[in-house]
Amino acid sequence: MFDYGMFQFSSKEEVIEKSIACWNPGKTKFWRDAGIDLVIDRREGYLIYDMNGKRLIDLHINGGTFNFGHRNTELVGALKTALDRFDIGNHWFPSVARTALAEALVKVCPGFDYAFFAPGGAEAIDVAIKSARYTTQRRKVISIIKGYHGHSGLSVATGDSRFSKIFLSDRPDEFTQVPFNDLGAMERALSAQDIAAVILETIPATYGFPMPHEGYNRSVKALCEKYGALYIADEVQTGLLRTGEMWGWQSYGVQPDIFVSAKGISGGIYPFAVTMLTKKTGAWMEEDGAAHISTSGGAEPGCFVALKVLEILQRPEVRANVQYLTRYFSDAFHDIIRSDGDVVVGLRQKGVVIGVEFAHHEGGVHASRALYENGVWAIFSSLDKRVLQFKPGVLMSSALAEEVVDRFRVAIPRMRELIARAPSARSAA
Amino acid sequence: MAPETPETLNFSSYRDTYGAMLDRAGWAATTFSRYDRATTLKIAGAVARAAYGKAAHYAEWAVRETSFGVVEDKRLKNELCSLGVFETYRDTDYIGPVIDQSRKTVRIARPAGVILALTPSTNPVATVFFKTILALLTRNAIVICPHPAAKACCADAADLIAAEAVRAGAPDGVIQVVREPSIPALEGLMSDERIDLVVATGGPAVVRAAYRSGTPSFGVGPGNGPVYVDSSADLAAAATRIVESKSFDNSILCTNESVVLAEEAIADRLLRALQTSGAHVCSPGEREKLRAFLWRDGGFNIGAIGKDASVIARACGFDVPGNTRILLVPIDRVLPEEHFTREKLCPVLGFAVVTGTDEAIRAARMMNRKSGGGHSAAIHSQNEMTIMTYAAGVPALRIVVNAPCSQGAAGFGSNLGPTMTIGTGFMGGSALGENLTPASLINWSSIAYPTDPRMPFGNFEGLTPWKTPNSTIPDEQPSSVSAFDEMADLREKIRALVRDELNSALGRT
Ligand SMILES: Cc1ncc(COP(=O)(O)O)c(C=O)c1O
Repeated sequence: MFDYGMFQFSSKEEVIEKSIACWNPGKTKFWRDAGIDLVIDRREGYLIYDMNGKRLIDLHINGGTFNFGHRNTELVGALKTALDRFDIGNHWFPSVARTALAEALVKVCPGFDYAFFAPGGAEAIDVAIKSARYTTQRRKVISIIKGYHGHSGLSVATGDSRFSKIFLSDRPDEFTQVPFNDLGAMERALSAQDIAAVILETIPATYGFPMPHEGYNRSVKALCEKYGALYIADEVQTGLLRTGEMWGWQSYGVQPDIFVSAKGISGGIYPFAVTMLTKKTGAWMEEDGAAHISTSGGAEPGCFVALKVLEILQRPEVRANVQYLTRYFSDAFHDIIRSDGDVVVGLRQKGVVIGVEFAHHEGGVHASRALYENGVWAIFSSLDKRVLQFKPGVLMSSALAEEVVDRFRVAIPRMRELIARAPSARSAA
Repeated sequence: MAPETPETLNFSSYRDTYGAMLDRAGWAATTFSRYDRATTLKIAGAVARAAYGKAAHYAEWAVRETSFGVVEDKRLKNELCSLGVFETYRDTDYIGPVIDQSRKTVRIARPAGVILALTPSTNPVATVFFKTILALLTRNAIVICPHPAAKACCADAADLIAAEAVRAGAPDGVIQVVREPSIPALEGLMSDERIDLVVATGGPAVVRAAYRSGTPSFGVGPGNGPVYVDSSADLAAAATRIVESKSFDNSILCTNESVVLAEEAIADRLLRALQTSGAHVCSPGEREKLRAFLWRDGGFNIGAIGKDASVIARACGFDVPGNTRILLVPIDRVLPEEHFTREKLCPVLGFAVVTGTDEAIRAARMMNRKSGGGHSAAIHSQNEMTIMTYAAGVPALRIVVNAPCSQGAAGFGSNLGPTMTIGTGFMGGSALGENLTPASLINWSSIAYPTDPRMPFGNFEGLTPWKTPNSTIPDEQPSSVSAFDEMADLREKIRALVRDELNSALGRT
């Protein structure tokens, strides 16, 4: 019997059955069929526990949502304290919490003047695109093939057609896609001079973190300037110190016109996202400040959490921790590639943004399962299944990092076995 | 109506503030524990020299901040606790491997990990230097938690040596300091599972808290040193040393003499010799004024700690000659009710007459029954049997002979090991019975072969498990195999080859 106070379940199977019946049949069945029968129950730090008690180290962290761990005590404390006085608030009016957070954000985002709040990443991306359209008075947007920016009206149109066609929401006339790391294609797409913006994940996450070529982001920005388009950086997975700098664009020395942060800024406990705008790209707020409205965008309890997130990230100790983690995982994976090169063939890494490349075309999927069986939860890249997303949170301790690598090594024979049983790349192709 | 401010909203706790610090120390400890001896000595040496160079600066600052002690003596302690300590231990191997052919063993040092070092207000920066250099010599990371009354000078000194350590190649975060020490913060830190060892120098409450924390600890208790002078002693020399010791840093070292136990036959002559050396012998009236000043509300008056003798006398309302270095207080009986038999971290020294060695031992035991056990005692004598009897009878773990106790028991001018941390052993509620040395901060892993002579011992000459990384501050190079995307074709071919090989190895085609 699982008693959660407000509701009870007799077993995990009951949850899964009812989840298929009342929540989401496809998603629930997908994981069940993939051998990952996870229903997350307790969670603390970088550990999550299945309903049946199975302990997993979380390296999925939902793209950085749990960058600071699950239920980080500081963040939970901030939220609880805030709730003694605040609620979502009234979006029509200025508020102490929103103002304080906006000011703090402007301070840590050199070159930006406004912080516009939204309850989730996708909506913040929509605001970014709307702002670019207002500023340039152009309609078209260029994104990357296999880029990913969310599922709302405009954001979904920038992404893989798998997510837009099903809802008849693709808009090929307004949204163009070019290959990542291909400056020639980018320039060709921009040269018609009718592009409002190029939107780029600083490192494309769902694509499996392919690393931008040297100078790529800066060159794209230069091309944008040349053809009168704006550069939107999607920092949803690359912001908040994950690349070693506060923002990924700082790591690559590029100054975007607009950028978006989400996931981690919520602390994993209060949905939150932000679109950072300049005087120029935020000018629509002078004309009509209510042109984009979101009742729970900038909800005040979330402002407190986000403020605490910013404070944590500015501690020198946290920066040092990221550097140690970066070095540690780099060394560990280079060792693994040397010793088990038949399974693991490459590492994509910038800070704690890490993609592990496998020899097999679905190696990431098999690795994910083998790790799951061995106490680590890390998810494959849905748009490049050869790659495992490997995302340690910025506060991970040395002891836990060591355990992660130990477990990874223990799981390698199982990865090898699952891969050997799977159809080979060529027979699949 | 006054505008309301959200004063009820409190957004911080110890874990918030110090969690990241402990994680950083954990990384540093893990990294440092693999260092080789040459690099380790280079780091400890650089830190010792930097600390030595600032000895006077921090002596002045410590006295200014705490108002305890004497700048010149503190400078000396800072020097001894930096380069002095380093030079003492630099030639001892705390890292290994240490091969013992005859015992067929190899020992490999295993550092404690992250050490939480509590430092007192009385010897603030000297203790920071001392504990840090010991930690560095043994490849430990250290988190310094200074006494709140000395937090500024300690934090500044810690920052200085931390930067120096990293410059010399130590891992980032190997030395860190708690900037806003408080009791809740301290209790939280001591029981945090990320701390591997607590080394507590402080009052009995702090030491007991350290042991209660559940973390392995070395807590060292307070002192209350008896000094016995028998009839065989060189009285003039004994008097000089006692005054020297009692006035050193205005008696702020816990190894200072508390009560002179003078053998009846020489008591008068000793008293005069002490006078000649700079002791002012208090009249009964002065004694009572002193008593009222030094013990208030059941406790020792903090305002008297480490103050000059003349300052204390003036505060009590009497004047002493200008050359007075200590105040000597004759007492009739050595019983706990007599205040002057208790610890006095100021240049005030009790003086009692005893019939001989047995009574001296009884008096010493009386003095240390409630507090001060396991600490230090001194004796001035030429008679080895007396020295032996006294040493076996007094509740002290170091018995300094014919020397100033403040310095001698702390290992300065004796071979006890220079220290700011005096182990008070089981008698004094501590797991450490010796002066804290680098050896206290490590364990040894021992490789042990069978004693059976038919089983040969291995040849470990020239082997080492240690490896010092060439760059210790992790630099942020994006390491990306995909940077070679131009070679994607080639890589795909290699992958295919590997796959084929794997498949054929598994008997598939
Ligand atoms: C890079 C990137 N951008 C945007 C989003 C959308 O964020 P949300 O799911 O909060 O709408 C995501 C979510 O996975 C993302 O990874």
